[in-house]
Amino acid sequence: MAGNTITRSQLSEAVYQEVGLSRNESADLLESVLNKISDTLAAGESVKISSFGSFSVREKGQRVGRNPKTGEEVPILPRKVLVFRPSQVLKSQIADSGSDPIS
Amino acid sequence: MTKSELIAYLADENPHLYQRDVERIVTTIFDEIAAALTRGDRVELRGFGAFSVKQRNARVGRNPRTGESVSVAAKRVPYFKTGKQLREKLNN
Repeated sequence: MAGNTITRSQLSEAVYQEVGLSRNESADLLESVLNKISDTLAAGESVKISSFGSFSVREKGQRVGRNPKTGEEVPILPRKVLVFRPSQVLKSQIADSGSDPIS
Repeated sequence: MTKSELIAYLADENPHLYQRDVERIVTTIFDEIAAALTRGDRVELRGFGAFSVKQRNARVGRNPRTGESVSVAAKRVPYFKTGKQLREKLNN
């Protein structure tokens, strides 16, 4: 059961099947959704999609890292990372889906 | 931004669409992603990120309040890895 990868084309195909816009327009709308989420996050605002999950931006402070190959110390600059927190609904839906372990 | 604000924005940008249809579009996208993950599939959206499911093995946990051990069953958890472009965009 596991192992398939879904991409933009399957998602926009699903939108096409569901709503009956043209394939092109369905693909454009999917892109608009992803772009709007990205822009909102880049502006520092979090995005909450009810019953799916929320995306938020976390600021990481500077710390000292190490080049694992040379052992040399290098500063890791402060940066922003995206955190996705799945909703309780999504978590429980996935938690007890199927029994084959994922390889 | 909430899901309804996202829908309102898209409806604004696409005045030729019914708000009802925009709602269905947004709902379909997230439902499809959730369904794929529930099947154990991975969803890869280049530039944005990838959703996948990770297996967590059964383990013996502890009730932090009482210190009592409890067994935690194996489960699957959703996981999101930010895409390269989006990661760069967050840091300009």
